[in-house]
Amino acid sequence: MTLLTAHKVRHSFGGLRALDDFDLELHPGQLMGLIGPNGAGKTTVFNLITGVYRASEGSIRFRDRELVGLTPHEITAHRIARTFQNIRLFRDLSVLDNVRIAHFSQSRYSPLEALFHLGRHRREEERIIEHSRRLLAIFKLEHLAGETASSLPYGLQRRLEIARALATGPELLLLDEPAAGMNPAEIDQLMEFIQWIRREFKLTILLIEHQMRLVSGICERVKVLDFGKTLAEGTPEAVRSDPAVLEAYLGEKVVV
Amino acid sequence: MTALKLRWQWLLDQPWLMPLLLASGLVLAFAIPRFGLFNNYVQMLLMYVGINILLATSLNLVNGYMGEFSLAHAGFMAVGAYISVLITMHVLPPGAHAVLFPLAVLAGGAVAGLMGLLVAVPSFKVRGDYLAIITLAFLMIVKSALENIDAIGGPRGIPGIPRLTSLPWVFAWTVALVWLIRNFVYSRYGRGVQAIREDEIASDLMSVDTRRVKVLAFMLSSFCAGVAGALFAHLLQFISPRVFDIVKTTEILIMVYLGGIASIGGSIIGATLYVVLLEMLRPSTVAALLAWLPAGMFDVLEKYFINHLGMLRMIIMPLLLVLVMIYWPRGIMGKREFRGFIPRRDKAAHRPGPMGGGATEHDAAHRP
Repeated sequence: MTLLTAHKVRHSFGGLRALDDFDLELHPGQLMGLIGPNGAGKTTVFNLITGVYRASEGSIRFRDRELVGLTPHEITAHRIARTFQNIRLFRDLSVLDNVRIAHFSQSRYSPLEALFHLGRHRREEERIIEHSRRLLAIFKLEHLAGETASSLPYGLQRRLEIARALATGPELLLLDEPAAGMNPAEIDQLMEFIQWIRREFKLTILLIEHQMRLVSGICERVKVLDFGKTLAEGTPEAVRSDPAVLEAYLGEKVVV
Repeated sequence: MTALKLRWQWLLDQPWLMPLLLASGLVLAFAIPRFGLFNNYVQMLLMYVGINILLATSLNLVNGYMGEFSLAHAGFMAVGAYISVLITMHVLPPGAHAVLFPLAVLAGGAVAGLMGLLVAVPSFKVRGDYLAIITLAFLMIVKSALENIDAIGGPRGIPGIPRLTSLPWVFAWTVALVWLIRNFVYSRYGRGVQAIREDEIASDLMSVDTRRVKVLAFMLSSFCAGVAGALFAHLLQFISPRVFDIVKTTEILIMVYLGGIASIGGSIIGATLYVVLLEMLRPSTVAALLAWLPAGMFDVLEKYFINHLGMLRMIIMPLLLVLVMIYWPRGIMGKREFRGFIPRRDKAAHRPGPMGGGATEHDAAHRP
């Protein structure tokens, strides 16, 4: 059984084919890496899955639901969450509110109940606060609940972004370069951390990464993109020795 | 000093403080006109303060919390004013005015609220400067539509509106609607509005139904502007399309940005301060304030400055807006809030918890 299936997905920006005949099969619980040089179309894949872009052609199915054509918040409500390459927190809001906002689709109270402080409003808000604080505690951010998100150091902002993504209650988590700007020791910690949230939150994870240390360390399968085309797919070891991949990363074998 | 500050904090956190303030406000709202505690002019100023608080707070929802720049507020005000005036003058029996006035105000607000949709829908597609231009266009459409309908007086407007707005009504509407806005701001919808300001795509990806949130915010904001317009019309007793032009919007913008964006307390301060400043710039007030100057100097000032204040005010106040936005873009309260306005739930939730409290043992070894 597959959790996420992309079939012959194509996407163009104007005349530029950003992604061509992209196929993907992701099984529940799998941890897959998406790698490739800059501009290969990796983030485009994330944007297509999460509905930021609408695929020109092809289909993306999640648990037998077609995702193409849904809005981002509908897709998130179907339990797919993501982080961003360049951190995109709600910078001026508190750490707690960043996580609370991610509960939007899980809270059930109407605008009228909100305006008049009636009915489910109070119960739901208390539940959301409790859940948010529990998440912050798990991520060792609880003591910063009242701080402005932008005042956090870079590393904590990355962590908060993952906490915020998990607050939406995902089954599938998309991580866009989680190790960006980290040194090798931090990357080792991050690898453990990713493995841990994967177990603890029963996640399937698709991640984009340039750090081969992380990719070969934790990914079970790797998919390589270049110029919107899939170059190779397989275990990290197999991919690393694939001639097409070596060519894309290191240049052509024969220089004329 | 610290002790005093602590005591002040304690006072602000008391659950009885807000009800007490509101109750005394209500008593005053009835007592002032009943016993003539202030003269009629001051009473009218108090009513303007209330109406302006309503206008500023509701515009702040869009311009401050949502971070858009709407110029349409005077247009929504006009819709509320005209609808309510038509109802009180042509629908309601004059004998029942005092009792049915709230219905007319509500109707004015409701129609203005529906008009809010007309601005919300383009906001799905455009943001920032472009949306500002669309709201400006909306304001101009409302004004020229009103000017061209002869049945409602065209450019001459409607004179002889019954004076139904009273201090208790202004107080009640202002408190009730500011309370609604505050509840909205501290709900999931209000947090959604602020998330949209920070990063619209990220909020959509964090499951916020951005379209729905925008529609709600615009509708609530324009509903309140409509109510304010209705109260304003029945206080001024005369309305014309010119009353609700870009100058009116500019006034509300000054209140919002002076008081501070994304702050209800800021809008209350801004609106009050604006009325006070405007009063201080009246020729008679300025003349009284400068009376201590030597006669020669005073005469010169009077001739070239004080006597022209009526016109100069229209330069000074927008200039104030320019200066505030350049040197003090966050205004007096900028994104801060009176503690009394923040729901206790939110205050408690933001208190820092124990470091690592509630975390599992397992987790301790695995944090990055």
